[in-house]
Amino acid sequence: MAKKRVAVTGVGMTKQRSSRPDVTGIELINEAVRAALDDAGITRKDVDAIVIGNMDHFEGINYVDTWSVDGNGALMKPIMKVCTGGTTGTTVAMAAYYHVASGLFDKVLAIAWEKNSESDTTGAIITAFDPFWDRPCFAGAVAGLALEATQYMAETGATEEDAAYVAVRDRKHALLNPYAHLHINLTIEMVMESPYLSWPVKMGDMCPRTDGACALIFASEDVVDEFPHRPAWILAVADRHLWAYTSDPYVNQKMVGGTWFPAMEKATEEIYSKVGITDPLNQFDLAELYLPYSFAGLRYMESLGFCDRGGGPELVRSGATDLGGKCPVNPSGGVLSSNAIGATGLLRVAECALQLQGRAGERQVPNARLALATGFGGCFWSDELILGVDKPEKPRG
Amino acid sequence: MENWRENQEIIVMEGRIKVPYTWAAGEVGTRYLETLRDQRKFMGTRCPRCEIVYHPPRRNCPDCFEECEDWVELGSQGELQSYTVVRRHHPQLSPLPLPFAYGIIKLDGADTGFLHILSDFQEGELAVGSRVEAVFAEEREGNIRDVLFFRPVKGVD
Repeated sequence: MAKKRVAVTGVGMTKQRSSRPDVTGIELINEAVRAALDDAGITRKDVDAIVIGNMDHFEGINYVDTWSVDGNGALMKPIMKVCTGGTTGTTVAMAAYYHVASGLFDKVLAIAWEKNSESDTTGAIITAFDPFWDRPCFAGAVAGLALEATQYMAETGATEEDAAYVAVRDRKHALLNPYAHLHINLTIEMVMESPYLSWPVKMGDMCPRTDGACALIFASEDVVDEFPHRPAWILAVADRHLWAYTSDPYVNQKMVGGTWFPAMEKATEEIYSKVGITDPLNQFDLAELYLPYSFAGLRYMESLGFCDRGGGPELVRSGATDLGGKCPVNPSGGVLSSNAIGATGLLRVAECALQLQGRAGERQVPNARLALATGFGGCFWSDELILGVDKPEKPRG
Repeated sequence: MENWRENQEIIVMEGRIKVPYTWAAGEVGTRYLETLRDQRKFMGTRCPRCEIVYHPPRRNCPDCFEECEDWVELGSQGELQSYTVVRRHHPQLSPLPLPFAYGIIKLDGADTGFLHILSDFQEGELAVGSRVEAVFAEEREGNIRDVLFFRPVKGVD
């Protein structure tokens, strides 16, 4: 059980851009770290421990924790690296939370970053797949997601145009976020006319590849009063994963008990029961979801309990998930607008914190008090965090 | 740094790392691939407790954590559980001429699907739930591409 209540008390990030040749990875990390320290009003000396994450194979640098010590602030401090694929950023947040919730550290710096411009993203992603059963036939992220989209459309009758609504929504939100990578005023027609990458997924349905970094300060209840901004409390975390082969996550339902997207549904069940969420659409003020492509913005709403199975298209088309709607999804512009893969999950948590602190600028959700952040990996790993303005009554797992 | 030089050209270092990995299939994988190569047969393994038949074969059930020592012969036809048609050619990544598809195929006798390639299909012929069959290579080397691709079962609705 957790010993301490934990809050995010500082937020830093770089602007998310297609390429940052003006800085090395170390320097990119440092931009976000210094922004987070400044935001929290502390210095490197105040940090008790550091958690850092990215995907090693995207930059081809293995000892990132020590290699980036000039930039990450960890000189002669405890640091550990975590890497869980697309979920890396949310896993970094969860690991930082564990550090503080255990009572062992008061102030922990969480860092997540990626320079996707430094390699072939699709070529690097293939190293996540099994060398015998998957790699000889398969490459990259797009086709794997397309398999999910095809199955989803066959099962629910959802259309490509339904998915285009998600693509347009997130890109419209990004126009209000100066830190987002893509600033495109997209239309449904533009998405529908964009070329197919792997049917039914089109260019307009996919996230970009991005260079960027994000850093957050996690603080114990014992020290939160030292920080200038009000705490964004972590109310609970949960994660599930089940992947061995490409075919595992959503079609091999017999293996894990017959649910639809088992990793996300089981994580959701756990975290909602911890916090007392029974009606997510009405209880959450916003959600920052790791939607790597548009169809996820339909299907995951169902696995997260925002609507019944097959109800994703209607929910999205109703405007309930737009800024100004009942529960805005991805006010930051989401992954569809910025995807520095290792940083992407932590950026979801960062946006929730900024919203709960009332610091989200033009995209601020009025009076935001409860927020859901998720992380998704190409291996259908599912991380979830719930953040809130109100201090929890007691430490919680 | 802003004043250092206007419009500076950033120096970029090109990587030359090529790591010659080798991956052992292990006893379970080798038995499967040998059978595929020499007998054109697909084999799965069955969990003695929950009785799920795994294909590809697994040495242990990830849920019950029992050794899956029973081998089960599977059909060379199965059901297409999902697919995506690839329409963009990539010289290094495309295993077949366009259009081809990736699909998740649950072979007859197996409880789990596996990934493979689909070809030799007409526009609109693939659907979730349609029946597909394996087409084997004449020259087989002991890897999963000893099956060239799957295609719709001919003459069956």
